[in-house]
Amino acid sequence: MTAFIRLENVSKAFGPLTVVKDLNLEIEKGEFVSMLGPSGSGKTTLLMMLGGFERPTSGAVWVNGKRIDALPPYRRNMGVVFQNYALFPHMTVGENVAFPLKMRKVARAKIAEQVSRALDMVQLGSFAARKPSQLSGGQQQRVALARSLVFQPEIVLMDEPLGALDKKLREQMQLDIRELHRRLGLTIVFVTHDQTEALTMSDRIAVFNHGKIEHIGTPAEIYDRPRTRFVAEFIGETNMLAGQVESVAGDTAQVRLASGQQVRVAASAGLRPKADICFSIRPERLRVGSGDGAQNELDTTVTDIVYHGDHLQLLLRAGDQQLLAKADRSGKIPEAGAPLAVSFSASDCWIVA
Amino acid sequence: MQPGTLRSRAVVLALMAPLLLFLLFFFAVPLFTMMKSAVSDPVASQALPQTAAAIRGWDKAGPPSPEITAAFVADIRNIEDDELFGDLVRRLNSAKAGFRTLMAKTRTAARETDGAVDLVSVDARWGDVAFWQAVASAAASPITDRNLLAALDLKRDAAGRIEVIPPERSANRATFMRTFWVSAVVTLACVLIGLPFAMVAASVQGWKRQLLLGAVLLPLWTSLLVRTAAWFILLQDNGPINSALMWLGVTESPIPMIFNRVGVIIAMTHVLLPFMVLPIFSVLIGIPKNLMPAAASLGAHPIRAFWRVLLPLSMRGVVSGSLLVFMTAIGYYITPELIGGAKDQMISSVIAYYAMGAANWGMAGALGLILLLATIILYTVYIRFSSEEEVRR
Repeated sequence: MTAFIRLENVSKAFGPLTVVKDLNLEIEKGEFVSMLGPSGSGKTTLLMMLGGFERPTSGAVWVNGKRIDALPPYRRNMGVVFQNYALFPHMTVGENVAFPLKMRKVARAKIAEQVSRALDMVQLGSFAARKPSQLSGGQQQRVALARSLVFQPEIVLMDEPLGALDKKLREQMQLDIRELHRRLGLTIVFVTHDQTEALTMSDRIAVFNHGKIEHIGTPAEIYDRPRTRFVAEFIGETNMLAGQVESVAGDTAQVRLASGQQVRVAASAGLRPKADICFSIRPERLRVGSGDGAQNELDTTVTDIVYHGDHLQLLLRAGDQQLLAKADRSGKIPEAGAPLAVSFSASDCWIVA
Repeated sequence: MQPGTLRSRAVVLALMAPLLLFLLFFFAVPLFTMMKSAVSDPVASQALPQTAAAIRGWDKAGPPSPEITAAFVADIRNIEDDELFGDLVRRLNSAKAGFRTLMAKTRTAARETDGAVDLVSVDARWGDVAFWQAVASAAASPITDRNLLAALDLKRDAAGRIEVIPPERSANRATFMRTFWVSAVVTLACVLIGLPFAMVAASVQGWKRQLLLGAVLLPLWTSLLVRTAAWFILLQDNGPINSALMWLGVTESPIPMIFNRVGVIIAMTHVLLPFMVLPIFSVLIGIPKNLMPAAASLGAHPIRAFWRVLLPLSMRGVVSGSLLVFMTAIGYYITPELIGGAKDQMISSVIAYYAMGAANWGMAGALGLILLLATIILYTVYIRFSSEEEVRR
């Protein structure tokens, strides 16, 4: 059984510039997949190809067993939520939401009923007669959402839909969209450059870089076991340490850091002595204070302390290595310039390619 | 008020003063003078003050009373200034032919004696009530609606009722209608050419857009005479357009395109096209780029998306462009004058004739006033329309 949405060796070039390179991706029905990556990494272009606004230079796009890459957008029956909402300014909210139904020649009485149901779904039932310009950003966003869902598409594409909203509203909308996804059983492809958004909302995240998917997996996989250094650094904050493998014993490896210190890290398969490696350790996994012998320990100097409300961010230096650590505010607060020992366990280290 | 704001206001006023003075002396004052000349008629009431007072009580039907004739003779006798007398004669003669000889005779008779003069025995025409009616209406008031009525092919009959001047004697209405008709056709042609053109220009980028906009702006940068000369060459019977049409077999013999309506419309459309393209273009580039993709994603075929989304949104530009073109077109003078035939003259030519040819400032002012009124009404409609649009948006 093949996947609901399948992209097969899809490439897209604009003139000499190849934006998407030989990309393969499968999305199951009902899945919420985020496309995450820096701007220009090809994630939006891929979404535009799914929506039919761009045609792949090569490769094929399949939905539900049908090849659709030659199908124009108006025959794809996918809901699309655009950046900046793309509401029609000359129509009322109700007319905007009714638009896809009118295009599908739905009977007038039925249109009215479905429009009011869709607006109720996004808590805007009483706003049907207003113009989009009379609504706030968050309300406009919800109208756009209602409009893209009113004709009951199975697939909804979202292109950075929350980018223009402020933080609080964005978080509320994230929860709302996730709720709608679950309730309506939608298949959602969601483009974002905000990694927190991707982590909170998605079933799976595809991390894009230079037109390719560097890593696709569940948020936990992406965060805890990033496949590449790019992914590790793009998702969340991390410390990258370089070193040389001294020896491998079982599932731990002895690594000599550039500073000369020796640490134990969780070994990846096929790791050999003398190999130069990079491993990542998340700031929240660095503990202030000496370890209990079983753990690695690094002697560092505090260079700066940044207040973050719920925690403190410590900027540390060990030789030439910059490190980030999070410190609980309940413990003893170190001083800038003072020496500080940090400890971490081997299992929290993740060797990246 | 704080001294700072007072000073900044003074600075603003000082900066605006050159423009305000310019507008006052070269726009407001001449405009006002023109409009005033359309309705002012001071000569008779000035030259015949006693008559003006006496004739007010006259019923305008029976013969004038002895007081009126006595006042009239006294007034005539009192006119020392020959120029004023000349103006009076011209004024009265324009209302009724025959005053020129009549007034000269009467003045001579009035000056021969200091006593009463029997006007009917001086000239039998004074027995004709029509001449007295002309005097009465001329002396009655320093302002007149004569020019304004004449501008609309109307006049007052002897009893003061408004009546229509037969078309063979005055063609102002026909000329106004022709002006509005030609302007409407030009406006429509500009919409039909300008809307698709602006859409293409707004959809491309970079040098292509510059080229398209440059092409449409070119007529504004070209001298009027060069442009007109170019149309002479292009539109004449053996010019390139007719040659091309005949070569293509569209027509057997050349289509007359110059010195007629067709030529006027072609040339005016060409000149006024920028006023249509630019407003539409500026509206179009303000339309968010993702509306058409959004319409497509919602199931709209490109043609339906155009009708339901792009066209309604560009209507604001079309309306303002149309008003701009129409209002400019109704005042057009040179192009119809040079490229049009004798039957294609627009109202501006008539105004120019009265102002420069006939030295009849009253008529020129009245026609100008009617034209200005039409423009103001259109403009008010436009403001209404666009402000309503603003509220609805």
